[in-house]
Amino acid sequence: MIRSFYIAAKDLKAEFRTKQMLNSMFIFSLLVLVVFSISFGDFLGDTEKVEKLAPGVLWIAFTFAGMLGLSRTFVMETENGCLEALMLCPVDRGAIYTGKILSNLAIVFLMEAVTLPFFIILFNYSLGIGTLLLLLLILFLGTFGFIAVGTLLSALTLGTRTRELLLPVLLLPLLLPVLIPAVEATAGILAGNSIGNLIPEIRLLAVYDLVFFVISHLVFEHVVSD
Amino acid sequence: MASNSRKTGVLAVATASVMLLAIYMLFFYLPPIKDEAGEVLSGSFRIFFFHMPIAIISYLAFGVVFAASILYLRDKSLKWDIYARSAAEVGTLFAFLVLVTGSIWAKDAWGWYWIWDLRLTTSLVLFLVYLAYTMLRKALEEPEKRARLSAVFGILGFISVPLSFFSIRLWRSAHPLMFGGNTGGSGGGLEGTALQLTLLVNFIAYFLLFLTLFSVKVQNERMEEELDSRRYAE
Amino acid sequence: MENAVSIRELSKVFGKTPVLKALDLDLKKGEFAVVFGPNGAGKTTLLKLISTLIEPTGGSVFVSGFNITEEPEKVRKEIGMLSHDSYLYGDLTAKENLHFFGKMYGINGQELEKRILQLLNEVGLATKADERVSTFSRGMKQRLSIARALLHRPSLLLLDEPYTGLDPGASLVFENLLKSPEFQGSTKLMVSHDLERGFALCDRVLILNKGKFVYDGFKVNFSGFQEFREKCGSMLT
Ligand SMILES: Nc1ncnc2c1ncn2[C@@H]1O[C@H](COP(=O)(O)OP(=O)(O)O)[C@@H](O)[C@H]1O
Ligand SMILES: [Mg+2]
Repeated sequence: MIRSFYIAAKDLKAEFRTKQMLNSMFIFSLLVLVVFSISFGDFLGDTEKVEKLAPGVLWIAFTFAGMLGLSRTFVMETENGCLEALMLCPVDRGAIYTGKILSNLAIVFLMEAVTLPFFIILFNYSLGIGTLLLLLLILFLGTFGFIAVGTLLSALTLGTRTRELLLPVLLLPLLLPVLIPAVEATAGILAGNSIGNLIPEIRLLAVYDLVFFVISHLVFEHVVSD
Repeated sequence: MASNSRKTGVLAVATASVMLLAIYMLFFYLPPIKDEAGEVLSGSFRIFFFHMPIAIISYLAFGVVFAASILYLRDKSLKWDIYARSAAEVGTLFAFLVLVTGSIWAKDAWGWYWIWDLRLTTSLVLFLVYLAYTMLRKALEEPEKRARLSAVFGILGFISVPLSFFSIRLWRSAHPLMFGGNTGGSGGGLEGTALQLTLLVNFIAYFLLFLTLFSVKVQNERMEEELDSRRYAE
Repeated sequence: MENAVSIRELSKVFGKTPVLKALDLDLKKGEFAVVFGPNGAGKTTLLKLISTLIEPTGGSVFVSGFNITEEPEKVRKEIGMLSHDSYLYGDLTAKENLHFFGKMYGINGQELEKRILQLLNEVGLATKADERVSTFSRGMKQRLSIARALLHRPSLLLLDEPYTGLDPGASLVFENLLKSPEFQGSTKLMVSHDLERGFALCDRVLILNKGKFVYDGFKVNFSGFQEFREKCGSMLT
């Protein structure tokens, strides 16, 4: 387990040195928000419409920006045969998967945290601290599910010719069970619901996260074995 | 080999006869159905009797993909990959038919080709997962790698579909349909034996159709493998 | 005494292509064996099997008494691999790379620091310790990847064509390190098509051709490289 943290720490150290991925993901998600905000321009004052649309926009921004990062996550490992070097280390394959999840989670979650204030400004929300914490919880649960599947699929598409195209094609259908409750819960929170009203969504997100983390952990060795 | 194709022949004949029976029952045996208000439903309700069996069998097909995928990862024998890809192909066809019959029915019942009904939407997701599975297979050339990676995806995909079902249900309950009551799928008053019998015969018919297509597909794939290995031996 | 490597009936089939056919091989502790063979003979595949990167189709391999399929993690701990790839992260410094891999092999604290300093000295990179690997020249990367492979003091060194990438400086560092006291005792299995250099370093010569060992003998049986080439050259095509 500790070695998963070593892998994640190494990834983060390399990422923060260049911030390449982080910057482009953040700019991308910001652009998505801006484009939607402009196209909704006329009715941004209409709270009812905004409440219906904005949560979806937020998750579209996060999903697509996140995918951008995911498709690069194993590229760093293949550059000098490092993935092979990791597989030669005395750890099981699952530990490599967990390490990659940790670093991807940290990077994508950071991107989301930086994007969120812009979302709040662009769509004219004013949120209390309780609401904000609740929103962060949903962001975390949704992002974890996204990363759990995305990390596995990004390793899976590594050896294919059309990697960048294939990843979203494979990932999006599997993400539906995360995206729907995440969008619903986000909408609920932004509309001022308390945690009590969001139990079904939270439960679904938690089940998805758990199931897909465990299964992906189990099958990861088949994805990387040559 | 010869006995296999003989079996498939018998299966095909059985399928054709049961399907004829099913169609006959649909049009001549089934009494007209009235809704709660006492109005006779239009003819399109008959679609339900094959729409539902096809939907269930498309799930079943993905179940076969799932099981064969697990078995492939366990013993890495390409025979499981043949089962997985054959079931996936027939399953895609069935999932597509679910969408077609579903939207024809929806058009007739509500005037919309597409409604975000729970079952129809779940079938759409299933179809998309199948499609992704096919895309993945196409992107890989080396047989063992293709078998291995698509087995992984077949497992994940199968698990995601019930989760999709629950999340779509959650979503639907938050945004109830604007039109009509729940006519879809569950079909409130299907107690009548005539209805049940018709449904059962249709179910058997489409199950047999699945078996026939599946075994033809498996045989084809096996033959191709054999050709490949002969070519290799030369 | 238990063998460093013990291979029985090892076979590997890719798809329908048999690449290794029922190989048997025993390496004694401390032995230096070199495997020659034409391209596509299965040399890399053999090393990948021993190092648990791929699974055998049949047969068994034991490394220091551990079965590669049953206790792969213990096997990996014993192995140091030097391949065509540098196995280094370009965005990390030389020291960070060694730190990371050291920790992955379970070496920590003072001990790790000491080994890193010592190895960086031996490969002549002590002054470059805090520079990013992506700024390194090819030769520097090669020297660092040698340090990386030796960091956890592997008892079995697997060397896949080490000379194909090495520049003269790195080759010298490499040969000196192999002869240094720490690694004198480790077993070495080297795959190469540089006949002369391979022959000069090893104690034992094997020739792999079309997935079978067609020759296995000791260097002392030959008067010199010339004789080896005359006798065995024909097996290499
Ligand atoms: N992952 C793989 N899938 C299919 N064939 C492979 C794979 N790896 C190696 N081979 C085949 O195995 C044979 C031996 O390869 P290799 O061990 O790399 O040879 P060498 O290192 O002796 O040149 C080659 O014919 C190669 O094409
Ligand atoms: Mg090679």
